[in-house]
Amino acid sequence: MAGTQDMECEEPGRLGVAVTASSVGIWFAREVLPLEGALMQFLRRSWRNRSDVEDLCQDVYVRVYEAAQKQIPEPVKPFVFATARNLLINRVRREQIVPIESIGDLGALDIAADEPGPDRNVMAREELRRLQAALDSLPPRCREAVILRKIDGLSRREIAVRMGISEDTVHRHLTDGRYALADLLYAGSSDMRWTS
Amino acid sequence: MSDIFSKDLSTADDAKSTRARAADWHDRRERDDWSEADQIALDAWLAESPAHVVAYLRVDAAWQRADRLSALKQSLPENAYGARRRFKFRFGSFAAGFGVLTVLGIAAAVYPWSPREQVYSTAIGGHKTLTLDGGSQIELNTNTVLRVSMNGAQRNVFLDKGEAYFQIRHDASRPFVVMVAGHRVTDLGTKFAIRSETGRVRVTMVQGRVQFGGADNSVRSATLTPGDVLVATGNAVSVTRKQAAKLIAELGWRQGVLVFDSTALSDAVNEFNRYNRTKLVVADSAAARMPIDGKFRTHDVTAFTFLVQSVLGLHVTDHGDETVISR
Repeated sequence: MAGTQDMECEEPGRLGVAVTASSVGIWFAREVLPLEGALMQFLRRSWRNRSDVEDLCQDVYVRVYEAAQKQIPEPVKPFVFATARNLLINRVRREQIVPIESIGDLGALDIAADEPGPDRNVMAREELRRLQAALDSLPPRCREAVILRKIDGLSRREIAVRMGISEDTVHRHLTDGRYALADLLYAGSSDMRWTS
Repeated sequence: MSDIFSKDLSTADDAKSTRARAADWHDRRERDDWSEADQIALDAWLAESPAHVVAYLRVDAAWQRADRLSALKQSLPENAYGARRRFKFRFGSFAAGFGVLTVLGIAAAVYPWSPREQVYSTAIGGHKTLTLDGGSQIELNTNTVLRVSMNGAQRNVFLDKGEAYFQIRHDASRPFVVMVAGHRVTDLGTKFAIRSETGRVRVTMVQGRVQFGGADNSVRSATLTPGDVLVATGNAVSVTRKQAAKLIAELGWRQGVLVFDSTALSDAVNEFNRYNRTKLVVADSAAARMPIDGKFRTHDVTAFTFLVQSVLGLHVTDHGDETVISR
């Protein structure tokens, strides 16, 4: 993943990079994921049942990803929002029980797609602030594990020793950390329930 | 570890559980005991649904993005946790007007003399680039451990194991020194690579000059210039001069490739084994001497064994952890 000036960290030796290293995968991470904040906002505004919103977002991603495998859509943002809009309309048609007013502003949704992108050209400083805020949102032990891994570059074994916990627990903290950071960095918030 | 997931996941394939699963896979992949079987299981999971793929891409992208957190590090002293809390305090006091980078600058100014050692490492097949303050860069090759200790007066690096490529901004007031297996390499404004193996240290000069000497900076001192390759074994030190093409081939790992030019099969096999967990073994001494030409991706053992079979006419037998090459 080129482009970070501060540090590049890739581990081509780790198996399982095929998906993330594919051109669609790289495109998806660079062009689509940064739209998640705006997309979630749009979905929340347009869909009454808040608990569906994450699933809707995931469905939009799947459709966009599948379309991109045939051809990379250009420009990206209108395509993502059009996809979201079609998804909502189909849902309404399928689940006829949903009253029409629950999606009252569906007709006016195009406006949302024209809002400036949330973080297309985030300055390094802004990015760092955002990362710092995300890090601060993690529960203490999870945050400590992420810091030791990401900032200090310690191995999992070293983290286990340093924190006085098993490597399995390190795994749990780092898994939670990954989950929450993805939410915090892309959706802007996380309501994950911590297991640790 | 094919039981995969410790959390009790509902069978429902909602976004939360898919994402939790993706995070779990993504973290497991980093573990030392990650096996071929795990990889097959991950591939199968990804193939199951594009929902799995996008969730995996998302967690991967977020985790990579968090690499930038390491930018916080250079300005933070010793223990990251304690240090970060101090940082946070400063952040709170100044953030409004100055922004993070300014605050980082202040933190650096407050603690210029406190030594802080950081450990960086790569696993087998790993590759990592770090940027130090002042713009110097260190690139770690496979299976490498390196410690960086910086203060206001000195920049010290300890290459404990493996290989690294250095691009150093010279600063006469703040020497850059690499300590490796009892030797000392002092930078005089430079690009160079150091490889440390059992009983042998190799320094390859690309640009600028370095001073090579004993750890106490006394005996066996030599100045190296571009094209020089120094090999130190025990008490013997030899310097040879190589052509640019050879140097580029030697540093092919930076682009993830191995370049062989009439390289003995056994040497080529040793190179591959540095990058891959499944080890190649040459079971025949005559075969071991056969020359190989070509350019391979460091992880593409299959392409290599294919060439060994088809061009050299040798037999390749897969024994699980080991792949044996014989006549």
